[in-house]
This record gives sequence, C-alpha cells and structure tokens, in this order.
Amino acid sequence: MFKQRYLPLWITTSLLMVLFLIGSMQFDGFASSRVVMNLFSDNAFLMITAIGMTLVIISGGIDLSVGAVIALSGVATSVLITQYQWHPLAAFALILPAGTLFGALMGTIIYSYRLQPFIVTLAGMFLARGLATTLSEQSLEIDHPFYDFVADFGFELPGAAWLDLSTLIFASVFLLAILLMHYSRLGNNIYALGGNEHSAQLMGVPVKRTTITIYAASSFLATLAGIVFTFYTFSGYALAAVGVELDAIAAVVIGGTLLTGGRGFVAGTILGVLLMGVIQTYISFDGSLSSWWTKIVIGLLLFFFIVLQKGLNGKPAKTITSH
Amino acid sequence: MKDSIQTVSAGADHKLSEQDLAEAKAARYQAGKSNSVGRYIWPVCALALLLAVNLLLDASFFSISYQDGRFYGSLIDILNRSAPVALLAIGMSLVIATGGIDLSVGAVMAIVGAVCANLLITDISVFAVIIIGLSTGILAGVINGALVSYLSIQPIVATLLLMVAGRGVAQLINQGQIVTFQNDTFSAIGVGNWLGLPMPVWLVIATLLFCQLLVRRTALGLFIEAVGCNASASRYMGINDRHVKLFAYAMAGLCAAMAGMIATADIQGSDANNAGLWLELDAILAVVIGGAALTGGRFSLALSIIGALIIQTLATTIIVSGLPAKFNLLIKAIVILVVLLLQSEKFRNQCKQLLRISARGDV
Repeated sequence: MFKQRYLPLWITTSLLMVLFLIGSMQFDGFASSRVVMNLFSDNAFLMITAIGMTLVIISGGIDLSVGAVIALSGVATSVLITQYQWHPLAAFALILPAGTLFGALMGTIIYSYRLQPFIVTLAGMFLARGLATTLSEQSLEIDHPFYDFVADFGFELPGAAWLDLSTLIFASVFLLAILLMHYSRLGNNIYALGGNEHSAQLMGVPVKRTTITIYAASSFLATLAGIVFTFYTFSGYALAAVGVELDAIAAVVIGGTLLTGGRGFVAGTILGVLLMGVIQTYISFDGSLSSWWTKIVIGLLLFFFIVLQKGLNGKPAKTITSH
Repeated sequence: MKDSIQTVSAGADHKLSEQDLAEAKAARYQAGKSNSVGRYIWPVCALALLLAVNLLLDASFFSISYQDGRFYGSLIDILNRSAPVALLAIGMSLVIATGGIDLSVGAVMAIVGAVCANLLITDISVFAVIIIGLSTGILAGVINGALVSYLSIQPIVATLLLMVAGRGVAQLINQGQIVTFQNDTFSAIGVGNWLGLPMPVWLVIATLLFCQLLVRRTALGLFIEAVGCNASASRYMGINDRHVKLFAYAMAGLCAAMAGMIATADIQGSDANNAGLWLELDAILAVVIGGAALTGGRFSLALSIIGALIIQTLATTIIVSGLPAKFNLLIKAIVILVVLLLQSEKFRNQCKQLLRISARGDV
C-alpha cells in the first residue's frame, strides 16, 4: 500500500528527471539554475491554480471555472488600477475576497441543490468570462509604479537566475496548502469527502462547510493566480488564460491524484506542472518541433497516467458513469 | 380468535396494498403523461417567448422573402446558424443519455475539418473526402467510447484526453497553417441550398429523422435509457452496456464530423485553432435546456434541437435588441444557472414555498 500510494509520484519524478537529463545532454544551457527558475516564474500562476484544483479533485469534484476566474481577476485588477486610479494593493484587497465569494457561491449551489460540480462550475466559467468581457473587451495595460516595483523585486541566485515575487507567492501558497492538506482537520475532511461523501457525513464530517470551503479556496487561488498573471503580462485581458482549467486538471492527474477523489498529493501536482513546463522548454530549445506537439505529448501523458491509475486501483469502478 | 383477527387484518392489508398498487400505477401513468407534456411545454414556451421578444423589438422579424431560389429572413438565419450546435446536440443527447459526456466534439470538428481540407487539395473525389471525413469522426468517437466502456474511465476525463490532444492533432495535420481550398461541391455543404433552405438545415433534419427512427422505432432508445439509469442493472437484464455506450460515442463522433464539415465548408478552409472552439459547451447547454437529465436515462432529440435553437435565438436577440455582443456570455451564463436550478427539486420546492408565503401575504 505504501509503495502503491507513491508509485505515480515516483513515475512523474523519474520522467521529469529523465526529460531534464535528455535536455541537458542535448542542449547547452538547459541544465542551468536560470532555466529551472524560469520554469517556476513562468508557471507560477498555473501552479497556484493547480493547487486549488488538487483540493477540489481530491474532494471528488472538479472546477472548470478557474481559467475564467483568472481572466476576470486580471481584468478587474487592471480596470480598478487604470480607470479608477486605485492603488494595486487596494484593488487586490477588494478582488481577493470577491473571488473567494464567487467560489463559495458555486460551492453552496453544488451542495444545497445537489447539482453536479462539473455543470455548476461550467456555468461559473461562462459567468466569469461574461463579467470579464462586460468590464472590458480590450486588453488593458497596467502602468503603475507598484508594478515596476514588483518587476524589479527579487533575489539574485547563482547562475544568473532570478527569484521573483511570483515564485515567492507560489512558494508560500504551496507551503500553506501542504500544511492544510496533511496537518489540519480540514485536510482530513477533504480526503474523507473524496473517499465517500456518505461515509464522511456519517463520520461527522461537516460536508456542507467543507464543500463550500473547497470551492471558495479554489476560486481564491484562481483569483490570486490572476493577480500573479498580471505581474507576468502587465495587463488584463478577458480572453486570457483560455484552457488553463484543462492544463490544471492535466497537471493534477499527472501528479498522481486520483480523479475519482480521495487520494492525491499537492506536491505531485507541482511535479505535474514542472513536467509539462520541461516539455515546453524542451520543445522551445529544440526549435524544429512545433508547439502543437506539447498538446499531443500532454494528451499522451494524461492517457498513460489515467490507465496507470486504473491499474493501481485494481478492479475498475463500474458504477462511475451511472452517477 | 387471535388467528381470525390476524387473517382479517392481513386480508385488509392485502386489499389495501392492492388498491394502493393500482393507485400508484395510475398515478405513475398520470405522472408520466403530465411529465412528458411538461417536458415539451417549457422549452417550446421559452423559444416562443424569445421569438415574441424579437417580434416586439423588430416588427419585420418573422418576414421571409424568396429570392434567387432560396428563402431569406431572420428565422432562416437562426436555423442555419444553429445547425452545427444542433448536430452536436443530437450526438451529445445520446451520450448524455447513457450517463456520459463528450467534451471532445469541438476538437473532433477541428480534426475532421483539417482532414477534409488537406484531402481536398489533392485530386481525391469529393465523395471519398466526405466518406473519409465521416469515418474520422466515427473513429474519434469509437476511441472515446472504448476508453469509457472498456477501460471504465470517467467520461469527463476520457473525452478530455481527445479535447486536449485533438487540437494538437488537427494542427499537426495542417502543419500549423490555415489550409484553404477551392471546391464548389464541398462548399455546398456549408453554403449551398436545396428547395430554398440552406444545406446545413437539411443535414440537421436528415440526422434528426435518422436518429429518431433508430432510437424510437427500435429497442435501441430503450437500451440507451436503461444503461443511463443504471449500467449494472441493465447488464444483468442482458443489455450489452459497453456496446450501447460505444454506439453513443460513435454517433457523437459522426455528428461532430458533420458539424466540422459544415464549419470547414463555410469558410472554405480549416483553422485548427478556432474550428468548433467551445461548441462542446454550447452542445451540452442545448441538451440541458432540452430537459435531459445530466445523470443519464432521460433524453429527447427534438428537445435538444429546440435547446440549440434557443441558444442561437438568444444570441440573435442580443444583436437585434442593440445590446453589445459582449453581454452574450453573461446572459448565457444566467440562462444556464436558471435552467440548472429549475432542474433541482429542492429549488422548485423553495420557489413553491416562496409563492405560498406571498399568496398568504395577499390574503
């Protein structure tokens, strides 16, 4: 059991190592601390989103709205800063709770009306994109001294690498998520809920509160990811981050989290994002391979890990489709 | 004495239960009856209401003119534009009825478009191109179906694979370019017309008739509903649930192939990035508006088509009313939320309670 539980993690880690080694042998400058740090800073927003998605998937749900929430958060931030002359920090202070409330509402609808998470968050996705396009159809550029400060902020690391604010934010979210999932009662409740909602209820898990908290947390993290995304692009655009929900789900699965819920690790998800990032870096270093190979390779990886999950679980769940 | 009392009471119980059974039976038939009428009333009312709003906004909305051998008018336009989503909705209804979902139909549209466009550049006959295109769609559907039924992967995840990888495959076929072609026969699928109506509308009508006959005049529809209600129970009854699921996904692939051909013929080219983008969501929405249960077991092809028409009419209404097109998504989201909540029994009860309270307040 101990071995089986960690097997997907080991496979992801070894794939990551092997791909990185192949890259370093083939190209000069692949195995540098700069490339590694860029993996983190380029994917910080995706990692933050994927951590939220991990919580949701471990609880047995799914959140399709995260990409749209990232876009909405970015657009709202830039509208507040550029059109209403708010200080960015004040804008963040308004947007983060608002995003959390959005998720809490979805959680409430899912729990209270016994609707499928998939369809409710799909509606949430339309709603968030719709709100974002209503706020601004054009891409809004953010030009504020605070953003210049954020761009310059960071620590020099050996090997011309740069530890920027996005990576720091990701690191703190990651630590908090690990504490939450593995060392708190809420974490236990989330695992219990994903294992079997009915048994969890009988054991005394507050199902309603946990469900709402999970979706609120996912939307909070997506909102935060949207803000981090504005640090990266210096703009807010309603059609940004299209398909990020799929990348996040892919990272969660590649990271060894069971899609039916109940089992998985936050750390695995980060490995999943890193693996996808290394594939992208490899393809961009190679130059002759086109970017669409990324999608195909990620699709194949997803397939491999899903079949692996089925194999590890022993007998296939027969009733999944009838629920 | 005791015995007699027991037999009497048992007899009374027996009689009562028989009466109960008869009542329950009658109630069930009644419920089924009223339910089926109610099922058709609401979506049709919604469509009629939307059309009425359009008529108020624009008095000439219903006018249809006949020119150059085809009809013109807003209504024809709605029919024509809703055709791809309507086709996808037919396939999606079958898949959702088996308790599944197909997220890959948009990507399959892109793949089929890419296959057709690249074949049309060569000297292959149009007929062969269409056959190969349709087969590609069926193949994609069979892959989805096999993942769901033989590997027992959750439908959302199994079809997510093709949704992610499919666009990559389409771009690979196109080598990252937008492939354009000149072929009047193939373009006719998208822009041609027959007996005054656009070709896509005829395609929808033909597919609907074919599927409706297949599903309601053979036992297949019953099998699909049985599998959607409870896959294991239907297996014990002797239905091969795996084959039924495989069939549903293959049909979804076939419908996606036709929709992909319409989209490709429409612009005389294949754009792997944008062909059918987000149409899977519109198709799911159409099926949900049509009143199908997302948990499977209840579906109506005609209602799903009405759902697709409602979505297109809504988009047209937004344009006619002069609202900026950017509100389209927002309004769509609100419509889905309302439809979803209305499907929930608890929400309906809450609404009834609210109505009762307000009625009491009036008294």
